[in-house]
Amino acid sequence: MIHSLFLINHLGDIFLEKHWKSVISRSVCDYFFEAREKAVDPENVPPVLQTPHHYLISIYRGKLFFLSVIQTEVPPLFVIEFLHRVADTFQDYFGGCSESVISDNVVIVYELLEEMLDNGFPLATESNVLKEMIRPPNILRSVVNTLTGGSNVGETLPQGQLSNIPWRRAGVKYTNNEAYFDVTEEIDAIVDKSGTTVSAEIQGVIEACVKLSGMPDLTMSFMNPRLLDDVSFHPCVRFRRWESERILSFIPPDGNFTLMTYHISSQNLVAIPVYVKQSISFFEAGSCGRLDITIGPKQTMGKTVEDLKVTVHMPKAVLNANLTASQGNYTYDFTTKLLVWDIGKLNPQKLPNLRGSLSMQTGVPNPEENPSLNIDLKIQQLAISGLKVSRLDMYGETYKPFKGVKYVTKAGKFQVRT
Amino acid sequence: MGETFQQLLNLSGTTSKVWLPLYLKQIVDLMIEQADYWKELSTVLLYIQEPGIIELCTLVAGSVVMAFEEVCPDRIDLIHKNYRKLCNLLVDVEEWGQVVIISMLTRYARTQFTSPWTEGAEFDENKAFYDSDSEEKKDQTEAKPYIMDPDHRLLLRNTKPLLQSRNTAVVMAVAQLYWHLAPKHEVSIVTKSLVRLLRSHREVQYIVLQNIATMSIQRKGMFEPFIKSFYVRSTDATHIKTLKLEILTNLANEANISTILREFQTYVKSQDKAFAAATIQAIGRCATNISEVTDTCLNGLVLLLSNRDETVVAESIVVIKKLLQTQPTQHGDIIKHMAKLFDSVTVPMARASILWLMGEYCEKVPKIAPDVLRKMAKTFTAEEDIVKLQTVNLAAKLYLTNSKQTKLLTQYILNLGKYDQNYDIRDRTRFIRQLIVPNEKSGALSKYARRILLAPKPAPVLESAFKDRDRYQLGTLSHSLNLKATGYQELPDWPAVAPDQSVRNVEISAPIVGKTKQPKSDDKFYSDDEDEKEEEESDSSGSGSEDSSSSEGLFLSVRFKVSETFSFYEHCLIPQNDSKNPTFRTSGISLFYVSFQVTTSSFGPLKTYELLHHMTGKGLSAKYHFPRQPCLYQPSMVAVQVILNNSSDHALEEIHIGDRSPASLNIHCFNTIERLEPGASVTVSMGIDFSDSTQAANFQLCTKEDQFSVSIQPAVGELLMVSTMTEQDFCKEQGKLQGMNETSATITMATANASRQAINKQVLSVANVGEVPSSQNNFSR
Repeated sequence: MIHSLFLINHLGDIFLEKHWKSVISRSVCDYFFEAREKAVDPENVPPVLQTPHHYLISIYRGKLFFLSVIQTEVPPLFVIEFLHRVADTFQDYFGGCSESVISDNVVIVYELLEEMLDNGFPLATESNVLKEMIRPPNILRSVVNTLTGGSNVGETLPQGQLSNIPWRRAGVKYTNNEAYFDVTEEIDAIVDKSGTTVSAEIQGVIEACVKLSGMPDLTMSFMNPRLLDDVSFHPCVRFRRWESERILSFIPPDGNFTLMTYHISSQNLVAIPVYVKQSISFFEAGSCGRLDITIGPKQTMGKTVEDLKVTVHMPKAVLNANLTASQGNYTYDFTTKLLVWDIGKLNPQKLPNLRGSLSMQTGVPNPEENPSLNIDLKIQQLAISGLKVSRLDMYGETYKPFKGVKYVTKAGKFQVRT
Repeated sequence: MGETFQQLLNLSGTTSKVWLPLYLKQIVDLMIEQADYWKELSTVLLYIQEPGIIELCTLVAGSVVMAFEEVCPDRIDLIHKNYRKLCNLLVDVEEWGQVVIISMLTRYARTQFTSPWTEGAEFDENKAFYDSDSEEKKDQTEAKPYIMDPDHRLLLRNTKPLLQSRNTAVVMAVAQLYWHLAPKHEVSIVTKSLVRLLRSHREVQYIVLQNIATMSIQRKGMFEPFIKSFYVRSTDATHIKTLKLEILTNLANEANISTILREFQTYVKSQDKAFAAATIQAIGRCATNISEVTDTCLNGLVLLLSNRDETVVAESIVVIKKLLQTQPTQHGDIIKHMAKLFDSVTVPMARASILWLMGEYCEKVPKIAPDVLRKMAKTFTAEEDIVKLQTVNLAAKLYLTNSKQTKLLTQYILNLGKYDQNYDIRDRTRFIRQLIVPNEKSGALSKYARRILLAPKPAPVLESAFKDRDRYQLGTLSHSLNLKATGYQELPDWPAVAPDQSVRNVEISAPIVGKTKQPKSDDKFYSDDEDEKEEEESDSSGSGSEDSSSSEGLFLSVRFKVSETFSFYEHCLIPQNDSKNPTFRTSGISLFYVSFQVTTSSFGPLKTYELLHHMTGKGLSAKYHFPRQPCLYQPSMVAVQVILNNSSDHALEEIHIGDRSPASLNIHCFNTIERLEPGASVTVSMGIDFSDSTQAANFQLCTKEDQFSVSIQPAVGELLMVSTMTEQDFCKEQGKLQGMNETSATITMATANASRQAINKQVLSVANVGEVPSSQNNFSR
């Protein structure tokens, strides 16, 4: 299965390598570097590559390449999913997944990799199980470890791994028993020039933070489960119960986890919270352009739109932007050609507007396509699909937990074509 | 190595079951490392085959199957006995194991079941969509009904919930399983889940889109409703964009082409020029595939010829060239337009395309073509090879049609070509010269020069790059790379005749209480749907009872109980007027945990099993039963009472227990019986450590003269320890069992049997359990 793993930074340096079977020479990465060179943009590197003796499967996360070496046929998604799981685990342990963070925690990184993959086959990938075996770093422990020469490896074997509920350890105790659920919905939409919606769908995710003692058995029911088109669950959710009663019944893992993700496809009516009026034009003569963007609320269900942000990826010919924003401020990065307009809260009385001129490189033909606008926004206390949790019950334990549900709507891949 | 192995095997045989998965895992790892130890390998696999091992350890199932795949993927025969077990366990196996098991079962199913795709309808979905003669095909299908093997169905049914997995690899594995195994009309259930994966990471999208591209060629209908999910965003990576474009093109049909073309118009203007060029290709493909829009597309492409970007123009020329070939008659003006463009275009492929068009349709542009040739003669030496070749072609064709004007030009070009640096061009020049210029040496061929060069040429077929990818199994590395990766296992074709089904039957270890089924004829009055459900359940009871021999004594898998209760309900189902049948939910009668009262008499004595028949035993007969009492000798042993009876006419002496197998079997023997008079009987008790499995204990029962091999096979319920508990304790223990798969079903039964006591009595006697005093009514435990 997975033979070796190389971590490569954006400069093309291999800063960490791990071999589960025999050692494979670093030179195998040369094929990858070649492809990386060819692709120009790191995002464009094909995830699956072939070399004379090996196959390379890579992912690109947080400016790092996770490159795995494979020798025989294996489902590529298997490897990709695992590599992402590794990156997620680093994120979970160290709060980030950058080169510096990994180099700072290199011992734990190796310990984790050793546990996660056994002879090339994924073993413990559940974060709860891992955390029992290898404790996440904190300052106190690292001080103690340096003084005593101890390590982060737990002395006891994880309890859960051999039971029927591998995701939860036994004997959890809290003084405050609480369960929080965040329902986050992201709108993916393409809006065309005239303001009509070309496609729109909602991606929802329910993140949970459950700190409950003992073995609680939770059920969560929705006011309108019919909305959900397609769902995927954490392994703890009993699927049959969902199929027959549309109720989420589960014994939660301890701590943070993603309970379910769902998808509401474009067939259903998806509310678009804001509208955008824009005009971007480039003039043949004088090598300049004009830009004028106004944003207003559309279907916000009476809530305020926050954290509004517009990102425009300008054509190469645009040298500089000289704009005035009626609200918020804008930046234009000359090297990446990225225009970012940070608006903040949307005031329906006084619509934010950004206008001004763009200076263009002379002698270069004008770009024929106008750049599309990517919108970011956030609406608190609202799930745009209308999904609502109706109740959360706990069985199996006697105490009364504190329960809370929070809704947030965000813009996912929200794009306005111009 | 061999030694380590033996040690591990021994350890795994003797130690606490909790550690067994870990030992097995070690064994498997060793096995993978040293794959040539065939002897050990077969030992382990046999060991694993034995009932009661694999189900202990959903943890290890994945590793075992992976070892199997790496070491001996061809030994299909080793899977037979484990097949049903694996299917039933699949949901509980950890996610990485699921991927490996599913792909193994896909291959297995391809060798063991017959094709669910009816003759001739295999790749016809698209056609049937348009053709009116699909009716005929239906008739054909109905003519020879296909009945799916229940095991085949079992696999499909048990993998379906995994489509909801959070692990993308699992979802993809199930999708490919359905694609390769399910009847055509059922495949579409995977669509939604695959579309959901498109929201995942970039790399996941890449693989999933590749697979969808292959699928969408054969079955447009599956993804057509989700066409908007494949619209391209400007932020997508280039390879994602091209794949989406590929899928959109595959999905295009008369109904949605206008929407798709409108999308394409946006894409053509993209700043990503490689993508814009790919879009033009896609437009070309739509135009050839859907004749209604050919003209529209062509006009659109001609407009693109005035685009400022050269790659776009060049790509358009290449595509227009291909399109014109399909219907050249009407488009003389387009050719003229392109000839005008010739001076400004510098991309070699585009220039070559224009030259080819000029040559091919030189009769339509009799004035322009020679002029183009003149220009080419001037720049010949500076051109790219591909352009030079086409120039030579153009010259030859013009020489044949219009030799008066072009004779000198042609000779000049042929001379240039003769001394070109590239041998291909020198070669071509020589060939053309011999073909068209008549001289004494040239043979008969030059007579046919005109027919050779100006023959009507078939239009090129623009097809998808994913057209031939379906030869690889979906979701594999080979499919992704479009070449055979090392270690790729070809997916076998369906057998024409299914091999013997009975190989998958696992011997049912003991006569299980209440196993007898009601004759089928009695079932007539149920609705079809229920009938099916019951059959399904009774299907699983065979393997279910095996599964339940789970590790700790207190764990009884729920599956077992359900099948047991089912067979009990089948007893109760007495044909009556069905309108009055009340409906009961078995989930109400939740039988998660089975407890026993200490006193055997309350629901014992129980079933007696034959150990030795007096005919085979030469007069000595033996029967045994499980008294359900804690064994006096060792806590891990199960008490067994054996009743020995002498039905012969002479006394039997020295009855004792001889050799036993497996040798490690731990038996507490009864004391040797010195003498048993004719007609007399004696009851002795012994203790056997079954190691919590339903493996039979084999031993020899000896008399002074003879030895008889006998075996005691425990039924699952018999291995349980007896305990009485309060409702509270029960709830607690039940809590511990949660997280395992639960099964519930609705059962219709006759009114006569519907009283609570009657049900209780039946359930208790069938499952051999006692009732926990409960505070709630209508809730039996």
